[in-house]
Amino acid sequence: MQQILFFFQKFKYFLFFLFLEFIALSFTFNNLNFHKSKFVNSANSISGGIYTILANSSEYLELKTLNEQLSAENTRLKNLFAHNKLFSTEDSITIDTTKYYQKYTYTQAKIIKNSYSKPFNFLTIDGGRNQGIDKEMAVVNSKGIIGITDQTQNLYTRVQSILNKNSRINARLKNSNYFGTLNWNGKDYRTVQLSDLPRQAPLKIGDTIETDGKSTIFPEGILIGTISKVNTGNTIDNKVDIKLFNDMSNLRYIYVIKNLHKEEIQSLENTLNE
Amino acid sequence: MNKNIRQSLFFLFLLFLQVLVLNNINFLGHINPYLYIAFIFLYPLKEKRFTFLFLSFILGLCVDFFSDSGGIHAFSTIFIAYIRLFFVKVYFRKTTSDYSFFNLKSEAFGAVFNYVVTLTLIHHLIYFSFINFSLQNLSIVFLNTLYASVFTLILFFLGTYIFTKNK
Repeated sequence: MQQILFFFQKFKYFLFFLFLEFIALSFTFNNLNFHKSKFVNSANSISGGIYTILANSSEYLELKTLNEQLSAENTRLKNLFAHNKLFSTEDSITIDTTKYYQKYTYTQAKIIKNSYSKPFNFLTIDGGRNQGIDKEMAVVNSKGIIGITDQTQNLYTRVQSILNKNSRINARLKNSNYFGTLNWNGKDYRTVQLSDLPRQAPLKIGDTIETDGKSTIFPEGILIGTISKVNTGNTIDNKVDIKLFNDMSNLRYIYVIKNLHKEEIQSLENTLNE
Repeated sequence: MNKNIRQSLFFLFLLFLQVLVLNNINFLGHINPYLYIAFIFLYPLKEKRFTFLFLSFILGLCVDFFSDSGGIHAFSTIFIAYIRLFFVKVYFRKTTSDYSFFNLKSEAFGAVFNYVVTLTLIHHLIYFSFINFSLQNLSIVFLNTLYASVFTLILFFLGTYIFTKNK
C-alpha cells in the first residue's frame, strides 16, 4: 500500500499529463467519425455567437460580390422558367393540390466560419434545429454543392465540407449518367476526385459532373464541376480530377436541402437488408 | 492577485488573437502561425505544475472548439507543456531552487532562441501529423511544420521585442 502511494506521489505530474493526453486523443478520434463528435465542435453557442459577430462585420465588405452572385442566380432561374413556359400556355396550367407531391424543401442560411486548407475541413452555418435543420442534409449554393450537415445545435450547425477526406458523395456525368464516388485527396481546394467510374464511361476534359439522385441526401442534378484531368494509364479505380464550380475559399449564403422522403426511403432500404 | 489577472488576460488575448485573426491568415493558401503556444513559453516556472498543465489543456481545447479539430491542439499543447521543464534544465541549467527567479527576458538570447525553437518545432510536428492523420503525404507534414514554425517564431520574437520595456 505504501509502495502504491509512493508511486502516485512520485509520478503524479506524469499521470495527470497522461490523463489529459488521453482525453485529448479521445476527442480527436471522435471528431473524425461522421456525426459522433458530440462535444468539441464550433456549433456551440459561444463560438457560434462569436463567429456570427465576426461574419456580420466582414459581410459588409463582400456586398458587391454577393450581389453579383445573386443576380447571376436569378438570371439562371429566369432562363429555366422561360424555357418551361415555351411548352405550355399560361391559362392551361392547373395545379391539382391532391396530386402535388413535393420532395425537397430549401432553407436559407449563412456561413459564419469557413475552412479549406486542412485535410479535414468543417464549416459552421448560422441555422440549427430551430430552423428545421437536422443532421445529414445537403448544403449547396447557387454554383454547386458544398457539403453535408454534421452536428446540429439549436442555433448553429456544423457542416462537413466536400473538402474533407471522409466525404463520400454520389456523383455522375451529366451527359451519360455513369456514376461514381466523389472524394477529396486533401491537396488542392479547387479540385476534387471522382473515382469508381466504369471503364467504358466516355470521359472528356470539360465534361460537367453533377450529383446523382441515388442518395437520400442530395437531389438530382446539382452542379459540382468540370473534368480537368483524366488518367489514361491502367489504374484500378479510374480516377478523374474535377475542377469545382464553387470557389470554396469565398462562400457566404447557402441553402440547406431537406429530403421529405428520407425516412420512407431509409425504412424501405432497411427492410431489404433484413 | 494582480499577477493572476494579468495571466488570465494574457490567456484570453492569445486565444482570441489565434482564433479570430491568425487562423484566417492562410498565407500562400494554407500557412498559419500558431502563436498561442507563447503562453507555454512565458508562464512562470513553479514547483507545482497541476495548474499549468490544466491551463495549457484548456487553452488548447478552446482553440480546438473554434477550429473544429477535435483535440489536436490540446494534445500538442499539453505535450510541450509537460516537456518544457526538461528543456529548461538542458538549455538554462536551472535547478528547482531557481524556478521562482526564472524569467525568459533576463536570459541570454541564444539559449532562449534554442528553447523556443525546439518547443515550437515539437508542437507543430505533432499538430500537423495529427491534422494529416495518415502515413501518406509525410513530406507535406514536414514542409507545413517548417513553414508554420518559421511564421510562428517570427511573430513571437517580433512580439517579445515590441512589448519588452526599454530600460
